[in-house]
Amino acid sequence: MNPEDRKYSREHEWALVEDAAAGTVLVGITHYAQDQLGDVVYVELPETGAPVGHMAKMGEIESVKAVSDLYSPVSGEITEVNGRLAQEPELVNTDPFGDGWMLRVRMSDPAELDALLDAGGYNEYLGGL
Amino acid sequence: MAADTAAENLRTALYDTHVALGARMVPFGGWDMPVQYEGVIAEVAAVRNAAGLFDVSHMGRLHIGGPNAASLLDILLTGSASGLRVGRARYCFICNERGGVIDDTIFYRLSDDEFLLIPNAGNRPAVSLWFDRQLAQHFDGRGVHITDRTMLTGLLAVQGPSAVNILDHLCEDFTPGARLARNPGRDPAPSLLRPFTWGRGHIDGRRVFIGRTGYTGGDGFELAVGSADVVAIWNRLTEAGAAPCGLGARDVLRLEAGLPLHGHELTETITPIEAGYGRFVRRDGGYNGADVLDHQRVYGTERRLVGLTLPGRSSPRAGYDVLANGEVVGAVASGSYSPTLERCIATAFVDAAYAVSDTVLTVDIRGRRADATTTELPFYQRPS
Repeated sequence: MNPEDRKYSREHEWALVEDAAAGTVLVGITHYAQDQLGDVVYVELPETGAPVGHMAKMGEIESVKAVSDLYSPVSGEITEVNGRLAQEPELVNTDPFGDGWMLRVRMSDPAELDALLDAGGYNEYLGGL
Repeated sequence: MAADTAAENLRTALYDTHVALGARMVPFGGWDMPVQYEGVIAEVAAVRNAAGLFDVSHMGRLHIGGPNAASLLDILLTGSASGLRVGRARYCFICNERGGVIDDTIFYRLSDDEFLLIPNAGNRPAVSLWFDRQLAQHFDGRGVHITDRTMLTGLLAVQGPSAVNILDHLCEDFTPGARLARNPGRDPAPSLLRPFTWGRGHIDGRRVFIGRTGYTGGDGFELAVGSADVVAIWNRLTEAGAAPCGLGARDVLRLEAGLPLHGHELTETITPIEAGYGRFVRRDGGYNGADVLDHQRVYGTERRLVGLTLPGRSSPRAGYDVLANGEVVGAVASGSYSPTLERCIATAFVDAAYAVSDTVLTVDIRGRRADATTTELPFYQRPS
């Protein structure tokens, strides 16, 4: 269920390397995270050009009943924010690994990816929750 | 994010059914309960447009009987028990001597000297203890027997505009608790019950107590059944089209309808008058806290509960500050995105000076300032 093409944080965010040479990744939250949240109604994200820190708060996500902080799995500069989420926050529920992506980030330290879990490690981590 | 379900929590007879349906179970009031199945938005829509089914077996069932039962309840409840006719039900408050709310409740008059009272799950022990003490104080412990049948029965709520069709379809041998006001010249059916009346019948040969009551702001019924029959009746109701709904949807629905949740709009230090629910408090006194509530009704209170509406989808949550001109003038009691109204709604206690409709206040949403307009409750009223 968790795609093998990306890395995962223990806070249930994913990072997918788009262009290794340019050091760009897409960032979003996992199926498990959206399932725990329930119906997502609002996603608050920073603006393009803003810096994000490794496992630092990058935004907030609200479901009908709860609000949770979002943490960036990598540090760097935001080059794009998924503008569709403003009008269609439910994309985080329906397609968390695809159209529900949140940020495009140019990494400042690609080595941070090594500290994240691969799909197998993340599955194992979920099994222990 | 996920709360653990503790082993010591109570489980309703439907626990395995909820898990099999894929519900997320959460601890609530000492019970493991489903917070959602398909999703809160879909479940709210089911109740507003068709029919939803809730397991509310975590709420208490206290039977209060005996020659002094009505007299005791007249002291304990803000609504009159002795004035309630057999066959009817009433919503009101259990207040302490300071007018604070120990619990809110719906109670049914089963016969001249027997009542069924439904306390909230988490308040059941406190209510039972309070009733025992009051009985000792006022009647020397005599003339009333209080029986807690919570663990022997189940309680289901079938809510929404289609609930009446489902109940009429499934219910056999229906007998109203009181003579029906309308006699259509056919066999009685649940649809002939007026709001806040009850009757008895059978579903699949199983005995069911049926009240035309609920807590969603729409039409609906609550069914008390024997524990051994709960699963079978739940299944019949879902087969007939009632969608399983969890506590998440229940909380959104009651907030849309402007109904209080104990612990938020009402507590032992908040009175029904402050919260604007004086219509459920009788005016002839004689109950615990009457002096305080009568005084507040005449002279007003320093704080008042108001409704707030906000554009957008980022919701105020309980405890957030409410400001006017940069000064804190109150706090949010409950808040949620409302799927029915497609905006955010909240209740808040504010200084009385600001408890005027269409006042623009500010809510501090985790450091963000959002404009919120005061409005009278409820936010949602069912189409007539």
